[in-house]
Amino acid sequence: MSWAAIAIAAWLGGWAANIWLARQAGRPARLLVPAIFGVSLLVIWEGLVRGLEVPAVILPAPSAISVAFVSSLPILWADFVQTVIRSVLPGYAMGCGAAFFTAVAIDRSPFLQRGLLPMGNLAAALPIVGIAPIMVMWFGFDWQSKAAVVVVMCFFPMLVNTIEGLRMAEPMQRDLMRTYAAGYGQTLLKLRLPAAGPFIFNGLKICTTLALIGAIVAEFFGTPTVGMGFRISTEIGRMALDTVWAEIAVAALAGSSFYGLVTLVERTVTHWHPSIRG
Amino acid sequence: MRNILSIATICLAIVAVWYVGAVFLNAKWERDQAARAGVEIGWAEIVPATMSQQRPVLPAPHQVAVEIWQTTVDKRITSKRSLVYHGWITLSATLLGFAMGVALGILLAVGIVHNRAMDLSVMPWVISSQTVPILAIAPMIIVVLYNIGISGLVAKAAISAYLSFFPVVVGMVKGLRSPDNMQLDLMRTYNASAWQVFWKLRWPSSLPFLFASLKIAIAIALVGAVIGELPTGSQGGFGARMLNGSYYGQVLIIWSALFGAAICAGLMVGAVGLVQRAVLGRMGLAR
Repeated sequence: MSWAAIAIAAWLGGWAANIWLARQAGRPARLLVPAIFGVSLLVIWEGLVRGLEVPAVILPAPSAISVAFVSSLPILWADFVQTVIRSVLPGYAMGCGAAFFTAVAIDRSPFLQRGLLPMGNLAAALPIVGIAPIMVMWFGFDWQSKAAVVVVMCFFPMLVNTIEGLRMAEPMQRDLMRTYAAGYGQTLLKLRLPAAGPFIFNGLKICTTLALIGAIVAEFFGTPTVGMGFRISTEIGRMALDTVWAEIAVAALAGSSFYGLVTLVERTVTHWHPSIRG
Repeated sequence: MRNILSIATICLAIVAVWYVGAVFLNAKWERDQAARAGVEIGWAEIVPATMSQQRPVLPAPHQVAVEIWQTTVDKRITSKRSLVYHGWITLSATLLGFAMGVALGILLAVGIVHNRAMDLSVMPWVISSQTVPILAIAPMIIVVLYNIGISGLVAKAAISAYLSFFPVVVGMVKGLRSPDNMQLDLMRTYNASAWQVFWKLRWPSSLPFLFASLKIAIAIALVGAVIGELPTGSQGGFGARMLNGSYYGQVLIIWSALFGAAICAGLMVGAVGLVQRAVLGRMGLAR
């Protein structure tokens, strides 16, 4: 029971520290509070698993997971390369790129826009992951089918966001560009694309998570014997839950750092926007 | 009116592209069959043949429509081959998970708005919880919950709930904070308690945000339920149907399940939209 007591103590201690820190103003508190919360969650998890003697097939302790993580680093790395580098990144680039250029292309026709925007909104709400089995049938077991799923999943959110963003330039600003005798290309490059920046990056950020989900789910329907989705489904079959959790940690790290990377690019590109200046 | 015309044009274009795609993707099989039989065939024979293959690479739209019709209207809804039967299994998990997720999301949002420590500590984790590809580990959650003795409906609903709580938290935090200082000051001059400020000011002004989030949440909840059905085998639901279709190479089953799920998603989002219009209309907030 002592482990459970430690867990409860960690909870109370962390919470008290956070309440105290939250009263202090300033930047360190902003970073410290979530960190303390996260660490106390981990301690509680460890304590409860040990204290209540939860079997490892249900929930392994964080310490067991980190051991599995370190001991199976080469496997995890191979899975990471297969899923993230070879499926997610090409699919993400192709899907977002195609959606971006489609949006710019149909931007000149209000007729197509009025038709595509509701369709895109609808498609963004559909369970598109469902096309995974079809794509695996079409493109085979290797990374091409996963990239195809990622392309389709990224397309609609990106399309809708870019179309919305391209509308953001105000009539007054467009008139100003006209008085400068700027052509369509110049107006697009110097006014409308920068104005669309926040929306485009919103789409790009939504797509990072979708891309990773699409690739991993597609791997449940058939893979070469490597990849994060493959590893998760086979290790569950073997009841090796610590490896599964290590794989989840990799997925979480990959997802968060991908998201973080896009956010970083966003901050440098749209540095003028109030939400970032402020 | 002009909108409807545009949408109809786009729909027609999609169906046309689909038919052309079906012809080209399915033509190879027809040619192979003809070559095996030692016959020369031209496009005049290939085109109609590609429309009615048993196992096409890409089924033609009318084949999918016929399959959906046969599995919804022509079958008794208690039959295991009826799409309505599978749809209900998925829908019940979706709705249960949606309800759980929305309740959890609203509670978290209320806590975050009223407690600064909770705001600072929970909010970053709520956001980063969504960069974790949770859908990908849904099968594991199902298996683990099964080991503890929770199976079927509740396990799938747990995944739906995890996915749908996020938009609700983010939307509600924004919504509960949307009353400006002037309005909050007015409540102070009335000597209103925190409870009264919540029910008379914050809650009503958060409703437009809540409904916007609910639309996203219910669509994601359906995706969660479908993915949650993948590892449970053939117990039913759209996800199980897709998995069966992919095992046995029955392309039409996959497509009809996909469209069934899409239609359900559309209907549910539409239903939330109707409630939104009714509620916000009564409150005088409709735009």
